[in-house]
Amino acid sequence: MEPVETSEVALLVKGLDHSFGSRQVLHDVAFTIRRGEFTALLGLNGAGKTTLFSLITRLYDHRVGAIEVFGFKLKSQPSAALSRIGVVFQQSTLDLDLTVAENLHYHAALHGLGRRIAAARIAREIGRTGLQERLHEKVRQLSGGMRRRVEIARALLHDPSLLLLDEPTVGLDIASRQFLLTHVRTLCREEGLAVLWATHLIDEVADDSKVVILHQGRIKAVGAVPEVLGQSGKPSMGEAFAAFTKGP
Amino acid sequence: MHAIHYYRCLLGITRREALRFLNQRGRFISALVRPLLWLLIFATGFSAVLGVSIIPPYETYITYEVYVAPGLLGMIQLFNGMQSSLSMVYDREMGSMRTLMVSPLPRWFLLTSKLLAGVLVSVLQAYVFLAIAWFWEIEPPWWGYLTVLPALLISGLMLGALGLLLSSAIRQLENFAGVMNFVIFPMFFASSALYPLWRVKESSLLLYYICELNPFTHAVEVIRFALYGRLDPLSAVVVLGWLALFMGAAIYGYDPGRGLLQRRAAAE
Repeated sequence: MEPVETSEVALLVKGLDHSFGSRQVLHDVAFTIRRGEFTALLGLNGAGKTTLFSLITRLYDHRVGAIEVFGFKLKSQPSAALSRIGVVFQQSTLDLDLTVAENLHYHAALHGLGRRIAAARIAREIGRTGLQERLHEKVRQLSGGMRRRVEIARALLHDPSLLLLDEPTVGLDIASRQFLLTHVRTLCREEGLAVLWATHLIDEVADDSKVVILHQGRIKAVGAVPEVLGQSGKPSMGEAFAAFTKGP
Repeated sequence: MHAIHYYRCLLGITRREALRFLNQRGRFISALVRPLLWLLIFATGFSAVLGVSIIPPYETYITYEVYVAPGLLGMIQLFNGMQSSLSMVYDREMGSMRTLMVSPLPRWFLLTSKLLAGVLVSVLQAYVFLAIAWFWEIEPPWWGYLTVLPALLISGLMLGALGLLLSSAIRQLENFAGVMNFVIFPMFFASSALYPLWRVKESSLLLYYICELNPFTHAVEVIRFALYGRLDPLSAVVVLGWLALFMGAAIYGYDPGRGLLQRRAAAE
């Protein structure tokens, strides 16, 4: 029997510290994401966003604090937790010499999906990202924006309930950025997908988003956009972000 | 996760390795050309210089080409193991290693599957080499082609596990040249691949002991005996022992809590 999701809290991060040797890169990081919530993780380059992603995806183990995915502790129940997470890493992780379909089937296999189910899910996700015509092309032949779409399709193949995206729009043109944002927001709204979207681009934060501001490894603000604006005393998110990330 | 999920995952990883391999025909050809050059040029030239007496598993005098063939099978697997290591470092630098690591299946299983997939490719190469070598009078008994399979598997796994361990320790792709100089060449030359150990003993006792300690020597001997339907128990045990050691260390290296990935991130 697969463990059942009982918690409405998609991601819980509590008291998380992390150090590389003597250099501490995360200090007492804590926040939660609920089912269906779009959360923007805002931080400048070097704020600790990628380290946080590495810990949530268990590339490294956390030693201090706790990470739970739908109530499953990442450390003691990694399989149950990881099977509920879809990830789009900052760096593209597609195999350029394989076709889109081959890349997607590989991912499906890593999650233990059978060929028939995988084929149906691939058709569904590729349909939603509008890349049906490109399914049998090598990834190398696709533009940066299309590759990102493939990565999102791939991250959703195993029907995760929590989607993590680490700066997914870096290097993309305006149309591709807009497509990704709209697509992910629609999934949030219509399917109850919880999303953690790391970025340093303020215009990706909509008014109904939740915001977590990370600066030099510390959480500076957490809450819905109006709450964060209230905490900062600034009229716009851009100014609030600048205020929270000024100085140490 | 049930057994069927593990099976599908293993199948998926193997399929990807096979597809990558088919896409890289140059890799397949170079993997074959290298031992064939040794067989056709080096062995031909060397056979006049080096006489080989009757030593087990051979029951008659043999040509040098016959002697060197198992060593060249080992060479295919050694290069393949290091090639897998290179592709792991490349995957890690390119990020695709992360795709593997976020799978909900246990990491030891993912690494073992990756290793197994790489070894199956090297076994295929070994059989193609044997088929071509048959035309140069490397003609083991027909059953030798069957009995050599487990030997190729365990020696391939051992050398692949060494590659996996190295890949967890190599910080950058550029450092891979060092692997060529400090791992592949010493392992190949200080072994029984090119010359019988009794010959080495005659010239240098120290080198003889080094050859005896070299895991590659035992991989070659396991293959040599198996190719003639015989088992070299000592070498088989040594190969299995090194396999367990290398694999254990590689799994440690890729462990999210203890391993080298964290230390590498710290250094970056």
